[in-house]
Amino acid sequence: MTTLSRYTIGLLALTALASPLRAEEALKIGFITTLSTTAGYLGEDVRDGFLLAVKQGGGKLGGVAVEVVVEDDNLKPANSRQIAEKMLQREGIKLFTGLIFSNTVLAAVPAVLENGGVYVGSNGAPSQYAGAGCNKYYFQTAWQNDALHEATGALATKLGYKRAVVLAANYPAGKDAIAGFKRFFKGEIIEEIYTRLDQTDFSAEMAKVRSLKPEVVFQAHSGGQGIAFLKQYAQAGLKDEIPMVLSEPSLEQRTAAAAGAAAVGLVASTHWNTDFANPVNTAFVKAFTEAYGRGPSTYASQGFDSALLIGAALAKSGAKFDRDAFAAALAKVDVPLTRGGFRFGPNQHPIEAWYQVKAETVAEGKVELKTMGQILDARGDSFAETCKM
Amino acid sequence: MQLFIEQSLNALQMSFTLFLLATGLTLIFGIMGLINLAHGSLYMVGAFVGTTVALKSGSFLLGVGGGIVGGALAGVVLELAVFRRLYAQDHLHQVLATFGIILFANEATTLLWGRAPLLVEVPGWLNGSVKLMDGLSYPVYRLAVMAVGAAVAVGLHLLVVHTRLGMLIRAGASDRAMVAALGVDVSKLYTVVFALGAGLAGLAGILAAPIQSTQIGMGEQILILTFVVVVVGGVGSIKGAFAGAVLIAFVDTLGRAYVPGLFKLVLSSTVADALGTSVASVAIYLVMAIVLIVRPEGLIPEAR
Repeated sequence: MTTLSRYTIGLLALTALASPLRAEEALKIGFITTLSTTAGYLGEDVRDGFLLAVKQGGGKLGGVAVEVVVEDDNLKPANSRQIAEKMLQREGIKLFTGLIFSNTVLAAVPAVLENGGVYVGSNGAPSQYAGAGCNKYYFQTAWQNDALHEATGALATKLGYKRAVVLAANYPAGKDAIAGFKRFFKGEIIEEIYTRLDQTDFSAEMAKVRSLKPEVVFQAHSGGQGIAFLKQYAQAGLKDEIPMVLSEPSLEQRTAAAAGAAAVGLVASTHWNTDFANPVNTAFVKAFTEAYGRGPSTYASQGFDSALLIGAALAKSGAKFDRDAFAAALAKVDVPLTRGGFRFGPNQHPIEAWYQVKAETVAEGKVELKTMGQILDARGDSFAETCKM
Repeated sequence: MQLFIEQSLNALQMSFTLFLLATGLTLIFGIMGLINLAHGSLYMVGAFVGTTVALKSGSFLLGVGGGIVGGALAGVVLELAVFRRLYAQDHLHQVLATFGIILFANEATTLLWGRAPLLVEVPGWLNGSVKLMDGLSYPVYRLAVMAVGAAVAVGLHLLVVHTRLGMLIRAGASDRAMVAALGVDVSKLYTVVFALGAGLAGLAGILAAPIQSTQIGMGEQILILTFVVVVVGGVGSIKGAFAGAVLIAFVDTLGRAYVPGLFKLVLSSTVADALGTSVASVAIYLVMAIVLIVRPEGLIPEAR
């Protein structure tokens, strides 16, 4: 027997052995996320929320055994694409979730959709996939990017502000934030200020804001930049002079805790908060805090909710993953989430309510967000009508 | 006018932060010939250690001490364990190795402190603003940062000009081989210089903590700016680092403050806002290019 044929027989024997095993193998879920860089805590929370749901199901989502394969994209679009291709081709993964930033979504998702996969997003939701470019196999479970800031525009209008200065980092998501805010703000924008993406000192911008004397400031910096902005705004004495309205990523549970006293009194729009009183949420907040020794953020709730939705769809479409059956089941899914009411709109992005929250001191040096009422009910997004599916 | 003064103060405060970082970097390059990309990591370590000390002890001043000591210790450990082996290597190896240390430092910090940004408040006695003139009040903390930066600049000047260690540092920056040939224990000198540079980076880190956000990766954000300062000022020169820091901070701050306004004179508002910001953010690199063309050795090069 030649070496070659011996190997061939060996390989055949191996595949024969492996295939019945594979049928019982857990369904792999590709979880590409951002765990390093200054934004690493976002990915960590989405991941921990998702894994909590898997753990509560005893390693199963919707009764289907799953294996979550987590990889860090380092906030680089090229990496997210490479990881997606590797997972698709070498590991045969068809179901993807976890991406945090819109630029990584735009890089990795085309590879997923072209190679027979489904993407279920739980954070970054660029308009490219919400309007004319919507796709049967692309879902967003958190929100559409612009909707975050439209809710804040509506909030500023509701609070009666007429003259606003708006600030955001000078990159696509920053410009989208300002566009979203403007769409729902009925007052006048007296100045748009763009900052550098790597900027951590905003003193020049603060001085400008002070000289412009607006009635309200809207700024859309998130993560470390957002925390620095809040601190410097308070230190410059502006917090007591000019009110500020924020969107969810700029004032979530972790930024509020890290900004401390500088955040107290600020208002923001959000689609979820720790104090939502529905039973799913109460149980989630308790379980998350017990499992990880820290309270959940909106990102954690997004991870958890996306796992609940995937689970509900898998319960219907079954253990053997079929792209069309899964997508059809997910589009019609009806399951209680931590945020309360939710359904998918025609572009498979959320239709949900937006709430007003305010940062308050709950104990010495401890700041939390309190829900103050609803801003918008059953709100979809501005791109759904151009989606033809 | 008040606005211009306020923006100038902002620029001055930024100069001092950059100076604290750039001095260490320029000394390490000037004396050991080492390109240390991990300098930003020492800044991060200073911020994390300092914040932790401040939180545990309840005293921000102790935190500042912790930041300096934490940065310096991390610097010494790295020098003894890694950098020592790199002095004789070419710059590509140094860049690779010190880049590796950035990744290592970020991961180690994640393991020790977690990924969530830490909170350290400005101490009560430095909180709030002080009125400097009509229509201009300025945060006390930023004034304090300037005072510390100025004190360090003066202290360094005295150290370098009037002490034996300073003489060795100057000699090392001009001619390393000759210093060694004269019987100076060069390896000890290197460790001391490294501790000094790293301690200053740690100080910059903990001073920035209450203004910014203490988190993983904060060092990389400021590293590029620091390198620009070193190149503009003249590699190896403390005076150059100071001049470079002031120039870059003023160009950056005033550019951000006024360039979009200038564009608005000729363009529509939205276009001017976005375009002005983009131009303002390349301004420092433009300055660097001009300096490199006119004075390739930097503004105040170390005498050779």
